[in-house]
Amino acid sequence: MEIITESKQKVNNSKTVKISGAEAVVRCLLAEGVDLIYGYPGGAIMPVYDEFFKYKKELQHVLTRHEQGAIHAAQGYARVSNKVGVAIATSGPGATNLITGIADAQIDSTPVVCITGQVGSHLLGSDAFQETDIISISTPVTKWNCQITKASEIPEVLAKAFYIAKSGRPGPVLIDITKDAQFGEVDFVYSKCEKIRSYTPVPQMDPAKIEAAATMINQAKKPFIVWGQGLTIGKAEEEFKAFIEKAGIPAASTLLGLSALPSDHELHTGMVGMHGNYAPNKLTNECDVFIAIGMRFDDRVTGNLETYAKQAKIIHFEIDPAEVDKNVKTDIAVLGNVKDTLSAILPLIEKRDHKKWLKEFNDLYDIEYNEVIDAKIHKSSEGLTMAETIVGINKVTKGEAVIVSDVGQHQMVASRYSDFKQIRSKITSGGLGTMGFALPAAIGAKMGAPEREVVAIIGDGGFQMNIQELGTVLQTKAAVKIVVLNNQFLGMVRQWQELFFDGRYASTEMTNPNFVMIAQGYGIKARKVSERKDLTAAIEEMIASKESYFLEVMVEMEENVFPMIPTGSSVSDIRLK
Amino acid sequence: MKNEKYTISIYSENNLGLLTRIATIFLKRHINIESLTVSGSEIENVSRFIIVVDITEELVKKVIGQLEKQVEVIKAYYHTNEECIYLQSALFKIKSNLLFEERQIQNIIKNSNAQIVTVSPEFFVIEKSGRKEEIDTLYEELASFGIMQFVRSGRISVTKDEMKISQILRKQLN
Repeated sequence: MEIITESKQKVNNSKTVKISGAEAVVRCLLAEGVDLIYGYPGGAIMPVYDEFFKYKKELQHVLTRHEQGAIHAAQGYARVSNKVGVAIATSGPGATNLITGIADAQIDSTPVVCITGQVGSHLLGSDAFQETDIISISTPVTKWNCQITKASEIPEVLAKAFYIAKSGRPGPVLIDITKDAQFGEVDFVYSKCEKIRSYTPVPQMDPAKIEAAATMINQAKKPFIVWGQGLTIGKAEEEFKAFIEKAGIPAASTLLGLSALPSDHELHTGMVGMHGNYAPNKLTNECDVFIAIGMRFDDRVTGNLETYAKQAKIIHFEIDPAEVDKNVKTDIAVLGNVKDTLSAILPLIEKRDHKKWLKEFNDLYDIEYNEVIDAKIHKSSEGLTMAETIVGINKVTKGEAVIVSDVGQHQMVASRYSDFKQIRSKITSGGLGTMGFALPAAIGAKMGAPEREVVAIIGDGGFQMNIQELGTVLQTKAAVKIVVLNNQFLGMVRQWQELFFDGRYASTEMTNPNFVMIAQGYGIKARKVSERKDLTAAIEEMIASKESYFLEVMVEMEENVFPMIPTGSSVSDIRLK
Repeated sequence: MKNEKYTISIYSENNLGLLTRIATIFLKRHINIESLTVSGSEIENVSRFIIVVDITEELVKKVIGQLEKQVEVIKAYYHTNEECIYLQSALFKIKSNLLFEERQIQNIIKNSNAQIVTVSPEFFVIEKSGRKEEIDTLYEELASFGIMQFVRSGRISVTKDEMKISQILRKQLN
């Protein structure tokens, strides 16, 4: 294979030394500042693991209980720290078990580098033991991938891998290394990659577009902003705050954008999307200028595109040119790094306040509060609700915890009812909707931000998809707090069955094991709550714990999440019940 | 929006695996590739893909966005038939005795500006380069006499406007 060598690199003055390819892998990781990786050993990656043993002081390897756990942990680590997460696995099943997490990282723009072992190059294509064509398998779900068959290629390819994973719109990169390349020798020199001639990570900012956008925003009567994860990835929260405060524009978040702006900010109008808030969904179809910032108009955000913000002029701040006009036709596309584009537009923005317009949001919030929220969080009779549990956790953690949620009803509730004080406090599987994400991602998040409280909110279905990672909690002593909201159903699917399939509950009822005993079996303090009177004390005990803690909350079995935009409906047809 | 024939030109690094990566972009959107040609380009170590599709302009723009997003793609363009100069090649293998028994064949070859590439006692081979329709016509004319083998290449094309790939590459490295 020909490896591109044109990339302009800064050459370190380090002396050349002959080392094995396997050691070179470790030295590359160290040179990239990696001190923690997640993985699972196996035949084709053993030479690298042997080096992990030698370098264990410099590089901590966390043994997960499944390769899917490793990749999700790397994602959680990356999302909380804004650094590149690293996962490593062997060939064949080890590599294919990473795929779900790689696809998740691709759709949610998470920088991860995956290293997989591969059979010896003389065996490639022979259907050897644990051989799988992971390059072809991973191609549609990676930002870039590459197979290394010679030790000498390792430093340059790994340098490229890290550069590609974290630059521009981040994403997953997979590097497959044959066993003979790990055993082979290389004259080791490492230079960080800074440029690749065929790759433009950040498109050039066009001052004319900035000016045009500013003019349009200054003239707007009812401007509305929806921001996404681009703000978090671009570390542009300060620029964003300055921009909306000067322009006085009401703003709403996508699922992945949550926590980029403190929840109590007066211009924060909630979350858009299928189970988002009433006001921002409804008023998407009332605004005159719609400003999308670092978001990609996912179908769960837009509902029916034919009736989505048709009355509005659309301005799209975006780093990835392929997202412009992909789903929603824009009037002005402001390409570039959002930190730069927001800084550039700020001086051109006239000070405004759209009090009357903002009041429309607040009035609709009152309707949502009275018809939905109040009943969910102030129940006095019947079973516990997911919402009151989330509110309870939020109160005890003072909104400072990192909330890692899985996928389903509890995810929507955790997103709707958590208040966030600081950025990078909400980690969830958004685009791919990967059940089983939260437990391993929470382990990674705790390791990426040990000083922060990390609470995983998981349903009883998703918990059992990667429940084996309790073993990783046991072994690493990662002090994650695990909350299972148990409704004994695959709740979101059940809700759809109730609403759209005439209540035919096909395979959504769960006969669950004794989760508390399982957690205790893994040496984790555990408690189960079924009654309202015990909830607050249990949450307080959990948060006070210095170690990991498992809390199972038995919630109402057939609770539905509202508001809701039924699939194919317009955002303004959002239902409150 | 109407479907139209578009010629997509991709300049890329010459890397293993890129063909799969590019093919999946079309596959994912159920876009049939009518013809695909991969070759070197005017720049050393830079490959050029010529892909012909029959889709709407809206869709071709989105595909170009996805193609350019790939790390190893330098630049991708799309052009209508009017905006490029294009042709394809075809080879016809025919029994040699027909050349003498069916006088008509010689006229067909002459009138179609086809070339005889080789003649052996058993067969001869005609090469024809041109527009798809010209090759179709020649095929129809020869079919009745019996064609032993027929193959045609994908489209190759150059554009009327400039592509400035060298400039793009220089800019990226500075």
